[in-house]
Amino acid sequence: MATLWRFTLFLCMLLMACGGLSLASEEAETRNTQTETGTGSSSNTTGGGGHEAAPITTLPIVTWKWHHISVQYLVALWILVCWLCKLIIEANHSVTNYIPESALLICSGFILGGMIWGADKMQTFSLSPTVFFYFLLPQIILDSGYHMPNKLFFTNLGAILIHAVIGTCWNAASLGLSLWGCHMGGAMGDLDIGLLQYLLFGSLMAAVDPVAVLAVFDQVHVNEVLFIIVFGESLLNDGVTVVLFNVFDAFVSLGGGRINAAEIVKGIVSFFVVAFGGSLVGIAFGILIALLTRCTKNIQIIEPGFIFVMGYLSYLTAEMLSLSAILSTTFCGVLCQKYVRANMDESSVQTVKYAMKVFANGSETIIFVFLGISAIDKVIWVWNTGFILLTLLFIFVYRFIGVFFLQWILNRYRLVPIELIDMVIMSYGGLRGAVAYGLAVLLDENKIKEKNLMICTTLIVVYFTVILQGITMKPLVMWLKVKRAEVTEVSLLEKMTNKMFNHTLVAIEDISGQIGDNYFRSKWRHFEEKWMTPLLMKPSARKKQDEVFDVFHQLNLKDAMEYVTEGERSGSLEFVRNDSAILDFKKKLESEYTEVLPDIPPYMINNHGAMFTMGRDPIPSVSLEMHEQTMKAMREAEAVDAHHLLDQHLYKSRKQYRHGFSRSDFKINRDEKEVQEIFQRTMRNRLESFKSAKMGVSPPKTIVKHSKKEQQEKIPNGKSMSKTKLCHSGDEDFEFSEGDSASGYDSSYPSFSMRATYRPGAGIENPAFMPDLDPMDLLQIPPWLAESELDSSMVALSHRAQVGLPRTPSNLRRLAPLRISTRSTDSFTLENIPDTQQMDSDQLPPPPPPRPPRDDGYV
Amino acid sequence: MGSSSSSRNKIPNAQELMDQTGFSSAHLLRLYDRFECLDRDNRGYLSPDDFEAVGGLAMNPIGGRIIDAFFSSGQDTVDFSSFVRILAHFRPTDRNRNKEGTQQELPNSRTRKLKFAFQLYDLDRDGKISREELLQVLRAMLGLQVTEEQLQSIAERAIQEADLDKDDAISFDEFKKSLEKVDIDTKMSIGFLK
Repeated sequence: MATLWRFTLFLCMLLMACGGLSLASEEAETRNTQTETGTGSSSNTTGGGGHEAAPITTLPIVTWKWHHISVQYLVALWILVCWLCKLIIEANHSVTNYIPESALLICSGFILGGMIWGADKMQTFSLSPTVFFYFLLPQIILDSGYHMPNKLFFTNLGAILIHAVIGTCWNAASLGLSLWGCHMGGAMGDLDIGLLQYLLFGSLMAAVDPVAVLAVFDQVHVNEVLFIIVFGESLLNDGVTVVLFNVFDAFVSLGGGRINAAEIVKGIVSFFVVAFGGSLVGIAFGILIALLTRCTKNIQIIEPGFIFVMGYLSYLTAEMLSLSAILSTTFCGVLCQKYVRANMDESSVQTVKYAMKVFANGSETIIFVFLGISAIDKVIWVWNTGFILLTLLFIFVYRFIGVFFLQWILNRYRLVPIELIDMVIMSYGGLRGAVAYGLAVLLDENKIKEKNLMICTTLIVVYFTVILQGITMKPLVMWLKVKRAEVTEVSLLEKMTNKMFNHTLVAIEDISGQIGDNYFRSKWRHFEEKWMTPLLMKPSARKKQDEVFDVFHQLNLKDAMEYVTEGERSGSLEFVRNDSAILDFKKKLESEYTEVLPDIPPYMINNHGAMFTMGRDPIPSVSLEMHEQTMKAMREAEAVDAHHLLDQHLYKSRKQYRHGFSRSDFKINRDEKEVQEIFQRTMRNRLESFKSAKMGVSPPKTIVKHSKKEQQEKIPNGKSMSKTKLCHSGDEDFEFSEGDSASGYDSSYPSFSMRATYRPGAGIENPAFMPDLDPMDLLQIPPWLAESELDSSMVALSHRAQVGLPRTPSNLRRLAPLRISTRSTDSFTLENIPDTQQMDSDQLPPPPPPRPPRDDGYV
Repeated sequence: MGSSSSSRNKIPNAQELMDQTGFSSAHLLRLYDRFECLDRDNRGYLSPDDFEAVGGLAMNPIGGRIIDAFFSSGQDTVDFSSFVRILAHFRPTDRNRNKEGTQQELPNSRTRKLKFAFQLYDLDRDGKISREELLQVLRAMLGLQVTEEQLQSIAERAIQEADLDKDDAISFDEFKKSLEKVDIDTKMSIGFLK
C-alpha cells in the first residue's frame, strides 16, 4: 500500500511538472498547439516556435531549449503518465477484481484532468480525433486482427456480419428516429436539431467500440463463441459506422431538400464500396506482408518491423481512399498471421507478438485515460436532461431489441443455437467508446449547432457503458451462469481427433448429399493448399503447417522447458542428455540409496543432496517414459540453455560487448581464440576460488603456464593439510579432489574419464561451497562404500559442466600430463585411486574435458 | 403434405426410424432420396462401391474408414435403415429433446458420437486403439508432410497422453476421458437440410 501512495505522489509531481512545462510553453507560444496536440500528436506545429532568439553576444554554455522539444517532450511525458496510471491500478488486485481496468483508467483520467484544470484553469489537453484515429487506434486494430482466432472468426462470420451490418444500421436508425420523435413530442425543450442531425448522431453512437469491448471482455472470459460474436461485430461494424457517418454528414451539408432517391442509392452503394474496398485493401496488404516475410531471412533483425509498417500502411491507404481503415487493418492482420508465423524466425514471431501487445495495450491505456481527461472541460458540458437520458435509454433498449431479434433469426440456422443468457450478455456488451467520441468531435460546428451537447452526450454514454456496464458485466456473467471460457491444454489425441472430425464431417456431408459449411471449408482448404500456401509461404515452413504436428512440437517444447527448469533447480541436466543414464540412475537411486544411505560421509553429501532432489521429484515420471520422443526437442532447449548459461556465468563481459556492437547480429561469438580464453580464464578463476576457499593457500597465478615443478610443490602442500584435518569439513573435499583430479583422467580409467570430464565444470556452483544445503547432510558414507555410487553420482552431475564447458583439445593436451604427474608424486592418491577418483568427480574443479561430441556447436 | 406422406410410405418402417434416430420425416425423405440416388442399381441396399462413387470421398484421407463404418462387421451391404442410423450420429444435439427423452439414448448423444469416432480409429474392433492403428490414421491425415519417424513419435506420445492404465493402447473410456473438454456437439454435427 505504501508503495502505492508513493507512486501516486510521484505521479502527481510528474503531472505538476507537466502542467508547469505546458504553462511555460504557452506563455511563449500563444498555446496554439497544446489543445490539439494532446497525446501522441506528431503534428509538429510547434516546431519552429521558440527559435527567434536575439543575436547572441557571447557563447552560451547551456541554453534552455524547451521550445525545441516541447511537443515531443509532452507526448513522451503523457505516455509515461498514462502508463504509470495503469501501473498503479494494476498494483491493486483487490480493486481490479471488481472494477474493470478501463473504468479505472477513465477515473484516473478524471483526476488527472482535474489537476490540469486546477493548474491551467482551462482544458489544455484532450483527445483529438487526429491523434486517436491515426496514432492510437491503428495498432489496436492491427493487434486484434493479427491475434484473431481465425477459425472461430470465420466459423461465425455470418452471425458477425449480420450483427455488424444490420444491427448497426438498426441501432443508428432507431436511435435517430426515436430521438427525433421525442423532440417532436417536446421532450427535450428547445433544441436546434433536425431529423438528419439526429440520424447523424444516431450513426456515430451506433457502433460498438472494439477497444472498450476488448478491454471489458478480456477480463470476463466468457465462452469463445460469445466473445467472437461481440468482438467481431465491434470490429466489422466500423465499416458501417464510417459509411453511415459520412453519408449523413453529407446529407446534413446538402440539406434535407436536395436528398433524393439517387443520393440514397449512392449512399447504399458507397456502403458496399467502403466495406469491401477496405477489406480488399487489407487483403492486398496481408498478401504483401506474407510475400515480404518470405524473403526477409537475411535481415532478421528488422523483419518484425515489416508487419507494423505494412499494417499501418494498410490503415493509411484505406483512409486515403476513404475506405474503411479499420476493416482494412483487421483483414490485413487476419490474413497475414498464418503466413507470417510460418515464414519468420521463431524469435521474430515472438517479437511481433510482444511488440504488438505493447503498442496495443499502451495506446488502449492512453485512450481511456484521455477519455477521462477530455471530460474536464467546461465548454462541452451542455446539459439537456431529456436528450441525454433518452439517448442512454434508447441505446440500451434498442441494442437489446436488435440483438435478440437478429439472433433469434440466426439461431434457426445455427447448429448450436446461442442461448438466451448469451444473448443478454451480447446485448449488454454493446459498449460505446472512443470511436464514438472521436466521431463526435469531428462534427462540424457550423452545420450542427448542438455539437457540444452531442459531445457531452457521447461522453456520458461512453462513461455509462464503459464504467457502469463494465463493472456490472462480471457479476452479471456470474449471476446468469454464462458459460465461461475454459483454459484447455491441447493434447495430441484431441487435436488429432478434431482433425479427424473435420474429415468425417466432410465425408458425411458428401455421403448424405448436402452442401454445408464443411463442404465450403474443405474446398477452401484445398484452394489454400494448392495456391495460397505455395505462393505465400516459404517452402521450408510449409511442412510444419499441420496442426497435429504443431501441437506435437508445442508439447515437446513445453516438456523441454520443464526439464530445463527442473534440471536447473537441482543443478544438473545430465538426465536430459543421457537417456540410458536416466534409467540406470533412477534404478540405482532406488536400490542403492536405501542400503548405502546411512553412512555417507559429509563430503559426499553436498553433491548427493543435489542428486537426491533430482532423483526424487524433479524427474517427472513422464520424463522417463517420454524421453525418447522428446529427446530432440530437449536438445534444442538444451542448446538454448547452454547459451544462456554461458552468457551468464562463463565469460560475461567480453562476450557481451562483442555483440553489443553489432546491430544486426545476435549470435554468440564462436571465435576459437575466445573460446580458449574463456576456458583459461574459467580455469584460473576456479582454481583461485578453490585455493582461497582453502584457508588462504595462495592461488596459482596462471594455470596454463604452470610448470610441473610448481604443481608438484603445491599439491603435496595441500595434501598434508587435508590429511591432518581428515575430511570433515567441506573445504577438505577440495583438497582431496584437487590433488586427485588427475586420476580421473588417467588412462587406466578410460570408462570414467569421459564422463568425469564433463561433470566437474560445475565449479562456480559447486555444492561443496554450500555445505548445509541438504538435510541429508547428517548421513554419512565412507568413501569405499560410496564407490558403488560412482556411476549414479556422475550421472547427476551439473548441467553447466556439460554444456558450459569450453572444449579445447589443445588445452586439454597441455594440461593433462601436468595433472597426471601429480599422481606419481603423491602416494596417498595412488593408494586410494578408486575413492579419490570418485570424489574428485564429485567435487573437483574441472580439468579440461575432451570435447564431448554432442556438444558441438553449442558454444 | 399429401405427397410427402405418400412417399413416406415407400420408406420401410419410417416411424420406427424416426423414433430411433430423431430425424423428422422431412429429413428422412431427403435421406431416402439420397439413398436411392446412391443406390444406382436400385437394389435397395448400398455396397462399398456405391460409396466410393461419391466424388469427395476419394479425396478424403479417411474416406475409406468412414465407408467401413457404414458396414457392420462381416456384411458388405447396408440398407436404408442402417444408413439412416449411421447418419443420425451427426444430427446436432437437440436441447429440448434431451430433457424429455431420457428414456432412450439417441444416436446423436455425446457418447454415441464419441463411440463413432472411436470406431474410426479402431480398425480391428477390439475396443482398443493400438499404436499401429493410431499410426495409420496419422499417416493418412498428415500424409507426406511429416517423416515416418516423427509420425511414430507423435503416435507414441498421443498414446502416452491418453493411456491411463498403461496397456499401451487407448480404450474407449480413456478416449472419452481425454476428449472430455471437446465440444463434441459442435464438432461432430452437421446441419441436415430440412
